[in-house]
Formats: sequence, C-alpha cells, structure tokens
Amino acid sequence: MSEPRHRSWLKSPALWPLAGLLLLALVNLAFSKEFFSLTVRDGHYVGAMVDIFKNGSICLVLALGMTLVIATGGIDLSVGSVMAIVAAVAATLLQQGHSLALVLVAGLGVGLLCGLVNGLLISWARIQPIVATLVLMVSGRGIAQLVTGGFQVRIDDTHYTFLGNGFLFGLPLPPILVTVLYLAAWLGLRRSATGLFIEAAGDNETASRFAGLATARVKCLAYVACGLCAAVAGILASSDIKNANPLHDGLNMELDAIFAVVLGGTALSGGRFNLLGTYFGALLLQTLTETMYYDQVRSQVAPVPKAVLIVIVCLLQSETTRRWFGGLFRRASA
Amino acid sequence: MNSLFRQRLPQLVTAGIFLLLFAAAGWRYHEVNFASAPNVANLFIGNACLGIIAVGMTLVIFSGGIDLSVGAVAAFTNIFAAVLIEKHGMNPLLVILASLAIGTAFGAAMGALIHYFKQPAFLVTLAGMFFARGCAYWMSTDSIDIHNELFLKLSRDTAKIGGDTIHPLPAYVFLVVLAFGYVLAQHTRFGRNLLAIGGNEQSALLMGLPVGVTKIAVYALCGAGAALAGLVSTLVSGGDSTYGIGLELDAIATVVIGGTLLTGGRGHMLGTLLGFLIIGTIQSAITFDGSLSSWWTRIITGALLLGFILFQRLLLRATQKRLP
Amino acid sequence: MAAVEPSTPPLLAMRGVGKKFPGVIALSGVDFTVRAGQIHALLGENGAGKSTLIKVLTGVYAPDEGDIRLASQPIRPASPRDAERLGISTVYQEVNLIPTLSVAENIGLGRQPGKFGFLNWSALRRHARIALARLEIEVDVDAELGSLPLAIQQMVAIARALDLQAKLLVLDEPTASLDEKEVDELFKIMRQLRVAGLGIIFVTHFLDQVYEVTDCITVLHNGEFVGEYPTAGLGRLQLVSKMLGREVSDEEGHAAEGGRSAAVGGRPSSETTVPLLEACQLGRRGAVHPLDLTLRSGEVTGLAGLLGSGRTETARLLFGIDRADTGEIKLRGQPMKISSPRAAVQKGLAFCSEDRKTEGILPNLSVRENIIFALQAKRGAWNTLSRAEQGRLCTHYIQALRIKTGSPETPIKNLSGGNQQKVLLARWLATQPALIILDEPTRGIDVGAKAEIEQLIAKLRADGVAVLFISSEIEEVVRNSTRIAVLRDRRKVAELSGGEMELHRLLHEMAGVAKTHE
Repeated sequence: MSEPRHRSWLKSPALWPLAGLLLLALVNLAFSKEFFSLTVRDGHYVGAMVDIFKNGSICLVLALGMTLVIATGGIDLSVGSVMAIVAAVAATLLQQGHSLALVLVAGLGVGLLCGLVNGLLISWARIQPIVATLVLMVSGRGIAQLVTGGFQVRIDDTHYTFLGNGFLFGLPLPPILVTVLYLAAWLGLRRSATGLFIEAAGDNETASRFAGLATARVKCLAYVACGLCAAVAGILASSDIKNANPLHDGLNMELDAIFAVVLGGTALSGGRFNLLGTYFGALLLQTLTETMYYDQVRSQVAPVPKAVLIVIVCLLQSETTRRWFGGLFRRASA
Repeated sequence: MNSLFRQRLPQLVTAGIFLLLFAAAGWRYHEVNFASAPNVANLFIGNACLGIIAVGMTLVIFSGGIDLSVGAVAAFTNIFAAVLIEKHGMNPLLVILASLAIGTAFGAAMGALIHYFKQPAFLVTLAGMFFARGCAYWMSTDSIDIHNELFLKLSRDTAKIGGDTIHPLPAYVFLVVLAFGYVLAQHTRFGRNLLAIGGNEQSALLMGLPVGVTKIAVYALCGAGAALAGLVSTLVSGGDSTYGIGLELDAIATVVIGGTLLTGGRGHMLGTLLGFLIIGTIQSAITFDGSLSSWWTRIITGALLLGFILFQRLLLRATQKRLP
Repeated sequence: MAAVEPSTPPLLAMRGVGKKFPGVIALSGVDFTVRAGQIHALLGENGAGKSTLIKVLTGVYAPDEGDIRLASQPIRPASPRDAERLGISTVYQEVNLIPTLSVAENIGLGRQPGKFGFLNWSALRRHARIALARLEIEVDVDAELGSLPLAIQQMVAIARALDLQAKLLVLDEPTASLDEKEVDELFKIMRQLRVAGLGIIFVTHFLDQVYEVTDCITVLHNGEFVGEYPTAGLGRLQLVSKMLGREVSDEEGHAAEGGRSAAVGGRPSSETTVPLLEACQLGRRGAVHPLDLTLRSGEVTGLAGLLGSGRTETARLLFGIDRADTGEIKLRGQPMKISSPRAAVQKGLAFCSEDRKTEGILPNLSVRENIIFALQAKRGAWNTLSRAEQGRLCTHYIQALRIKTGSPETPIKNLSGGNQQKVLLARWLATQPALIILDEPTRGIDVGAKAEIEQLIAKLRADGVAVLFISSEIEEVVRNSTRIAVLRDRRKVAELSGGEMELHRLLHEMAGVAKTHE
C-alpha cells in the first residue's frame, strides 16, 4: 500500500508512525516476553498482537473515513454518535427478525445519510465543519435511544455476530475486513482521480475551483465516505459485543480517529493524505492502549498517555516549534 | 434602532422561543403546577452545573474558540475533592482552593498551547478532555459519598419557596457566576476584547489589543468555571468520576441557542441565561410529562442547535447581501 | 513645486529609504516628503514599492537603510501600534475593524473610558458621537459595524484613526470599493482634515481622484523614486508615463508618433470569421461597468489599463468566477451561461490568474499533479489519465516550456515564481483550450522567462487559440496583441487595432486625455 509517487519509501510520511509502532513494540518486548508470543488455540491464533489488530479495527475503519475528511481541510466530530445510531438501527432490525442483508444495507444507508447531512451543511450551507458536525454529535445519541426505545438491545443473530467475532484462516475477521476496506479505498482513490481531487481541494480550495474542480461536491463526498466508515465501525462494534448501547457505543471514538490520522502524518490543515500512515497511526494508538492493559494500568486511565502523545505530536508539527529548531540549527552552524 | 434590533435578533428569537415553550408547558401541565415557583427554582438548582460551565463556555466562544474539556475537568475536580476530603481527610476549604487552582492552571495551559503553538482549539481541548477524564479515573473509579461536615452543612442548607423546601446553594452559585460573567462580558475591557478577537483576530492585533493574554485568560476562566461546577456536583451528589460525560456538548448547545455566534465575535451573556432556561424547560417538561422519554431532550437540543446555526448563517448572508 | 509653500517645514521626511527581501530589492533610495495640510498622492504600478513604503512608515517592516523624520524628530516605528503612538494612523482598503461590534466600540476599543476596570458605556457613546461629528458623519453609534455600507465603515476607521491624535493619516486605497457618491463624501472629509492641518497620504489607482483631491504626487517605479510633482503641474499623460517608467513628455510623444513602434502584433484581423466569444454589455456592480468584448480564434486581444481599471474583474466575469449583473455571453454564436469556473473549463475556456499563490498553485502537490490537474478535473474522477499519459504530458510541457524542476514529483512550492507560472500555463495548455485568459502572466518573473512566455503567446495565436492577454506593461501588450481593449476606471474606453495600436495612443487612452493632434 505504499504510495507510488514516493520513489524512495524513506520519504514516506507513513514511516514515522511505523517507527513509533516498532519502538513501542520493542519497549514491550523488553518488559514482557509474552508480547510477541503467538499461540494457536482451537485453530485460532491468540496473542497480544492479534488483540491489537482485532481491538484496533474499529479505530482503523473510523480513521479511514476521517483521513478523507481531514484531507479536504475539514473534521467530523459526529462519527461516534453515528456509530451509536447505526448499531441501534441494526440491533433493532435484527430483533424484529429482518434478514442480515437488509440489516446491513439499512445500517450502511443510515451512515450514508448521516454523512450526507454533514456534507450538505458544510458544502452547501457553508457552515464550518466543527460546527456542522457538532449538531449530529449532540443529537446522535438521542436518536439512537429513540430507535431502541432507550434500552440496550442484545444481539443474538449468529451471522451478524460472526462479523465481529468470526475467524478467517485462523485470524479474527474484523481486522481482515478492515484491511480489505483500506486496500479497496486505496485502489478506488488512487486508480481514479478522486484521491487527487480530495488532496487538491484541501491543499488550495480556491485554486482547485478555478481549475474547474467541483470542490463542493468533492467535500460532500468525503463526509459521505466518513459516514459510511462510521456505519461499518458501528456494525463491527455491535457485532463484537453482541449488544447495542445507545449511550456508550463509539463514545470518544471520534477522538481516537482524529488522533490516528494526525499520528499518521496527515495535516489537520488538509491537503496530502496518507492511508498507510493512518493505518499505522491507528495501530500505534491501539498498541499503546494494549501495552497499558498488559502493564496492569486501569483501562480507564488509558486516555492520559494518549492525550500526552497527541499533544507532543502536534507541538512537534507546529510552525512555532519548527522555527525554534530552525533557529537552533542556524545558530549551531553559524 | 433598526440595526440594534438586528444585532439583538438572535437573543429576541431565543426569548420568544423560551416564552412559547414555557407557556406551552405551563398550560399542558397546569394540573401539576409546572409554572410554579418551586419548579422554576428546581430548574435552576438541577441545572446549576450546566449553567456555571455555560458561562465560561460563552466567554470562550465569544473569543472564537471552543473548550471541549469542561465536562472532564468538572469530573476531575469532582472526584479530586471527594477523594482528598473523604479518603485523606484534608481541610475542605484548602481542597476547594486547590481544585479551583488546578482547573484554572489547566485551562491556562491549554490556552497557551492554542495561542503560542497556533493549534486548533478543538484539538487541544479534546486532548485536554482525554487527559482530565483519565486523571479523574486515576483518582478513583468508585463513587464516593461525602460525610464531611462543612460539605454536608452546605448541601443541606435549605430555603422555603411557595411552601416547598429546596436546597438552593447550587442555584446561588450559578447566579453569582452568571452575574460575574455578565459584568465581565458587557462592562469590562477584557470582555469587549474577547468579542473583538472573535470578530477578527487580525484586526484586534492591529488595533493593539492584548490578544495573547486575553486568549489564555479566557481558557483559564473557563477551566475555573468547570472546576467550580465539579465542586458543586460533589456537594450535590458526591464523588463520581463518570460525572459530566457530554456536558461540554450541552454547554455549547446552551450558548448557541442563547444566540451567541459559534464562530465568535457576537453574542450576549443574557442570551446564555435564556438558552439555559430553554434547555431547563425542555428537561423539566419531559420529566413532568412522564410519557415522553429523556432522549427527546438531546434530539430537541440538537434540532434547536441546527436551527440556530442555520438562522445565524442566513442572518449573516442577508447582511452581506445588503452591501455592494 | 509651486503648489507647496517652501517655508512650511515637512511633517514627514523619509530620505534614502531602502528595503531588501530575499531575491528582491523592494525599495532603494526612496525619498518621500509630506507637509502638514497637504494631501499627497503616492502612485505607482504593481511592484513599484508603494505598499512596502507604507509598511516601513507604519512599522510593519524595518527599513534596511535611510532615515525617517516626523516633525524633524528621527523616528523608527517598531509596530503599527508604535506608529500610532507617534501620530501615524493608517486606514486600509479592507477595513481593519471588528465587524461584529458597534460603531462606538470600534472607535473606543482598547482605550474605552471607565473607572476601576468597568466601562462607562454612555461616555463611550458620547465620545464616539463627538469623534464622528468632527467628520460630519451621521451614523447610529450603536449600529453593528458590519451591517453598514463599506464607505461608512471606512469613515469610522478614519474617525478611530484621528481619535489617536494623528498628525499623519495614511489612506491605503480607501476608495477601491466605494461608489462615486461615497467617494465624494470621503473627499469632503479629507479636505476638512487638510484644513485642520493634517498630512494625508493617499494611495490610489484612480487618476481622476488624484486630480480631484490631491496637492502633490510622488511616483515610484520598480522600488525607485521617480519624482515629486505638484498635482496641478503634471499632465495626465506625463503622470501615466512616469508611473509606467517611461520618460516621455507630450512633445516627445507626438514626435514618436510618426515612427512605427516595436509592435509585431498588428496582424490583419479576420473580421469575417465567427467570433469565438462575444460579451455584450457584460458588467457587475462594483467591479466593472457593462462592456462589449469580442474574442476571435487566432487572435491575441490585449486588455490594457492601469491597476484597478477593471481588467481582472472582466476576466473573472468571463470565466464565471463572479456572476455578472448585466449582459450576456455568446460562445461561437450561441448564447451561453457560464455560471462557474467548472462550466467555463468544460466549454474550453482557461484562466491563468494573476494571483499565483492563492488562485493558481496547489502548493504541496507535485509539478506533475499541478500540470494534469485541470485536464483531469475536466475529464472527471473516473476517466483517469494513465501514469504513462501523465508522464508524457509532463515531459512534453517541461521540455516545451523549459520548466526547471528537479523532477516532475517535486512539490510546486519549491519552484521559482517563473517556473510556477510555466507549470500553470502547462496546466491550461494541457486542456487544449479554445480561449485562454492570461492575467499578468509575466509578473514577478525574470526576463528570460518573460521572453519565453511571449513566444508561447505567439505560438498559441498561430495554433488558432483565442488569447485574452492582460498586462501592466504596455509595451508587452502592444508587442503581443492583435487588438487592444483599453479600460479606464472600470469602463472600456477604447478598442485599438492595426495602426492605432501604438504606445502613445495607448498611453493617451489609459490616461484619459484626448490626443491634441487629432
């Protein structure tokens, strides 16, 4: 999935999150030998690395959509709420005995609709992305509760729960699905000119428009894609825990997704995006979380190191810091 | 006069919506005395924490920023105070001061990152939210009951209104904070500088206003407000590190429904009071109804939020169209 | 220098001011003198150094050399705030106030009256009313600034500036977005202030306004001081010549009339062919008055006029960037609605903007992506150019236009201005347009690249492309054009072709003076 235009893979922005990932893995190796151990139980692979991929798959898929939105220079705060709505719709439909196909189509359709609402508010009504997506962020959980009648809904359908719990070739299904999704997205974006259009719209919207690009349409499309990704995440999450919880599904997941994108080297100001970087960024975030589980840190405290990491990365990328460093180098060479 | 009307149109619309809502609810639930004084007082008491946070949020939004960390900061001071007082037996006054200082310092630190490193406010405060929430869980994940004398005395302070007994302290705190926020926003240079920065930061710089200090100070104030809200919540219901999830969104909704422009530069502190009353009325009406479920609050809040954002957008477009 | 009484000591004296930026000398050895009670026009075309000089004066830039004296005291303003304290206040074209606050607050912001940190609102309003009354402006001080017409906002900005005890008022293109009545209002105020003994520096593009209101003119060209002249003693033609860096008097002009100038573009035009594009009474309020324009395939139509005469505005209307209030466009004889740049590109139009940085390049994308972008946008997302085709296009244009780049994969922001410009030209040529609008394609690039772009224009003409060529350098326009439309003060005032296309005739039309010998 390396970007073809980078002749030298050394220049790829995906290198940084990958290096971070390896570093973290090494740290883990130093403290516990089990981290890299891979055992086979009931014909399935089991181990910390498998867990990282499986538990990270939701953040991975959300970050995929978020990458596109951020590349256009926007942001989508509503993905967590959209996950909750989709999970609620899917669970409720399953309970009413509808077929799996219908449930999946309905779930994805709801995600698409949510993305379209965001996209239209931003491209047509020209409301700032943070403001526009805040609306769905606020009301989304209420809508999810409305769908389920305020209850949590158990999911018994084994076909549906297979999506989040099944195995393929001895490996958990969700990360495989998500990786396939990344490959499909990468092919779709890079084989067509869509990827170029998204980057151009984010890099210089005026220039893109003056060169004949329908920038409003491109931006709207990015939010629709993001809504679809949130729908996939909602389906995977509810299928994994066999339950839809309107208040808890996808809570704070928008943050993880944004952080994964930033870690992956896509700038919040828009422009160039890097799916491989996002992929590694999301895995890095998940590895951090899993590391803390292994080190017996309470799971609720996990946000603290995440927050510290993201602030450090942002500060390193900021102009101010670069100027300081630039100044240091100049002084050193002078 | 016409222009003043235009300027205050959002607040007038908010006031109109509030009166309609309140009248409708009062009429619909007149058998259970919806419009009675105790109910109105309880509306203030029950939402006091939201109100306190909304005042700080109003100031931040005036400056064109946003603070998503307030709910988590409130949760942190809530559990911080409870743990220190109950488990370590520390002096409650000292703990209150320490909590407020932590909230202020945390806000100032975020403000500094936003201003000096030119990072987007939503990102820095999102990270702040993670950080504060994690720290809250780190203090304790159990809920803690308060047995401290001072706290008990404060929370059991009663007043009589319309024949009912209520515990009014949270409402008093809110009203004092609101009055402070009102004076600060409308009658000090600091408040006007906030609006100027939100209106056009570049111009504000050229006009020689102290942009950096003002921006950092407003996040510090907002952090202090969140810390205070956390302390009030400890007083009311004890320590709970899961307190205030989603509170930041309610606070933003309150401010925007109060007619303040979410992109900054335009608004009024009294609008936030109206927004507070609208959200309180909806909640109260849903409780009184019994057949309506609690989630309608969120859905209606979201709808009002969308309505106000579009309305402000239209207003802006109409103003621009009148110019050549 | 009869207009100036020599006995008055100068209020402002800038001597030998120089300022260098990496690769550019923005100002060198510029003198500038303003006296109290004088309205002094500062004139020059693009790149003349006006704005740099103003920024040095108002403390945005520190000068590299030279000295500045205000009322005989040497000064060195370190910031706009510092300059204000010294008594130098500036009002910019895009009003630098807070649109969401009231008029009174905008006048008082940062120095509101009050006690113990609390504002005294009634004193603030009273103060604002006095400040406005001094300028005889009637406006509700409680009105939100952004809801007022731009002219009033401009005057509020002046009121704020004067409130700072200004001795010297800098008006940087204050009239650019005002209509005639509003300009009259502004001039009334300027004259009052002159009587009150203020020095006023007036930067503008409108020559009529210079002659209407100023006492004195300083002209800059290419960062150098051309001269200081009393307005009454300097003819329009002379003024325009000086602004364009040409030393010709009227007499010289007439003498040169007989000889054919260096023009090569005087090709006979084929009036019989169907015009590619006809604009009839195309206009937009506040941008350009309704005008007719006909563009033919295989012709270069020059659009000449001073800065601010409506050249770019016309191009934007043609390309669908701004919507026209009046008029219609016919393409190959068919009425056509061009509602967006996208529609224009689909119909075979191309527009190379003068503002490379904000309207042209996609800075972080590669040269290759920048070249193929318009063609790809025209083809849509799914009809993708293969890598081989992209490579062929890039190689072709990089060679044909001699674009100097490390590789096609270099981000375009790393290229020099001239090479960026060539990449943008390549972008549009790749779409094989029927009409290409070139807005100042040679600005800010070196001489070699300029010559290459001129060759390219000739080739486009030979290939049967219609070209609309906009440039501030009139020799360039004369050299390259088949016919020339002249704009002045946002109106089309003449169309020259054949033998009429000659430097001095063009100068006369641009300056708006009738040729005496005709």
